[in-house]
Amino acid sequence: MTSPSPDLAPVVDIRDLHFRYDARDVLRGINMRVPRGKVVAIMGGSGCGKTTLMRLIGGQLRPRGGELKVFGESIADINRERLYDLRRRMGMLFQFGALFTDMSVYDNVAFPLHEHTDLPEELIRDLVLMKLHAVGLRGAAHLMPNELSGGMARRVALARTIALDPQLIMYDEPFTGLDPISLSVIGQLIRRLNDALGASSIVVTHDVQESLQIVDYIYFVSEGRIAAEGTPDEIRASTDPWVHQFVWGESDGPVPFQYPARPYREALLGSADA
Amino acid sequence: MPEALLRPFIRLGHSVVSGIWRLGFASRFLGAILMMSGATFRRPALLMREIYFSGVLSLIIILVSGLFVGMVLALHGYDTLSRYGSEEWLGVLVALSLTRELGPVLAGLLFASRAGSAITAEIGLMKATEQLSAMAMMAVNPVARVVAPRFWGGVIAMPLLAAMFSAMGVLGGYLVGVVQIGVDPGSFWSQMQSQVDVERDILAGVIKSVVFGFAVALIAVFEGYDSEATAEGVSRATTRTVVTSALVILGLDFILTAFLF
Repeated sequence: MTSPSPDLAPVVDIRDLHFRYDARDVLRGINMRVPRGKVVAIMGGSGCGKTTLMRLIGGQLRPRGGELKVFGESIADINRERLYDLRRRMGMLFQFGALFTDMSVYDNVAFPLHEHTDLPEELIRDLVLMKLHAVGLRGAAHLMPNELSGGMARRVALARTIALDPQLIMYDEPFTGLDPISLSVIGQLIRRLNDALGASSIVVTHDVQESLQIVDYIYFVSEGRIAAEGTPDEIRASTDPWVHQFVWGESDGPVPFQYPARPYREALLGSADA
Repeated sequence: MPEALLRPFIRLGHSVVSGIWRLGFASRFLGAILMMSGATFRRPALLMREIYFSGVLSLIIILVSGLFVGMVLALHGYDTLSRYGSEEWLGVLVALSLTRELGPVLAGLLFASRAGSAITAEIGLMKATEQLSAMAMMAVNPVARVVAPRFWGGVIAMPLLAAMFSAMGVLGGYLVGVVQIGVDPGSFWSQMQSQVDVERDILAGVIKSVVFGFAVALIAVFEGYDSEATAEGVSRATTRTVVTSALVILGLDFILTAFLF
């Protein structure tokens, strides 16, 4: 594994980041760093803004305030060409793989190589088979995406994501909807590929137990802010009631079970003056 | 004034403003397609695939419809012309009706429902399943890679389909008029040859079909790209493609006819 040295600038550096959709504040002052060579998890409940945060890092959305640097460049200040240059150094695995349904597994993985390189076809073939071998699906190269299971589709998408050997890999909910074996396979792949490629990874997830085993550092996002952060050991040992509720999956606690509503009795019987 | 009375006006204002906004967005979108068309023409394989999907796969419906329309034209035309003893003009009537009007318009309407709806649904579903986002994250511009080839494939396929529609219509007219009813084949063809002018009639029809192809292809890719990323969103966008294309074709047809003839 590439050991991060403190003098190297972080791959992603976020300071006081703000973002809003129309009138709704989604991110309210996020501070976060992704050091080189590390796997960092962003966790939080559904709708807490973690996917938004990843889209901001990928430049699909533009921040409304604060600073967001990727590879040392401020995403908000660069033009489309420069953004596309940066994206060639990034890979993003979408929640359900987002494979191109009109192309075979082979062509999906070859897609970035065909689009961005002038390599001869034999070399592209070797690279594609190598990437597919890394995710254990070399034998599925001829299949179409509709012939794959959910776990296989995500592994193919992972092979496509790493086709150009990215320096930053982002995973959007990589564990959602997978059986325990596929889930463990994806988890191990995230760790192994990160170390083998010498890349840095960001995993957006709410799968606490799987993440605690594979990541180096965890950020908890709640209501648009970083609610807690730390290494897996620090998180397990945390006495913070919010972290405790999230890690152990308790239904009630600082995060209430009930969506805010008027009192139940009043809702059933009507208020006294009605 | 009570709000209930104001509501229809508010709704009207909303729809007018959003209509104008969409029109502006579509214009900017067209600008982006034209700017990013370079890759489409540098990589003929991409364009060929789309011409195949929009053009070749629409051939059956176009050819069969053209044949029937020509046959119906011959039946009606013979009935009317025979009242004046001018049956030998049947070929002219069929050819002019098809090249000037029915070929481009009907082929355009069929093209919108067969190929336009398919393009909208495909792009809409690619958007809903995050394939377009994934492409953009791979530093490949979806407008250049997905939208522009489909747009140009439609623009190129449409005039060819309209021409084949007209050709099949003339054949249909011949089958009914000459083979079945017994109009003199010599006068059927020779009158057609002498009366149909390449520039005034055929070129005008080609211009119409190019304009319709441009309009339908733009509407189809725009509706797909602008669709809401849900199942209902894609279904609504597909319907809008067919309805808007039909109205735009008929509206443009009136304007073009007024200018061209």
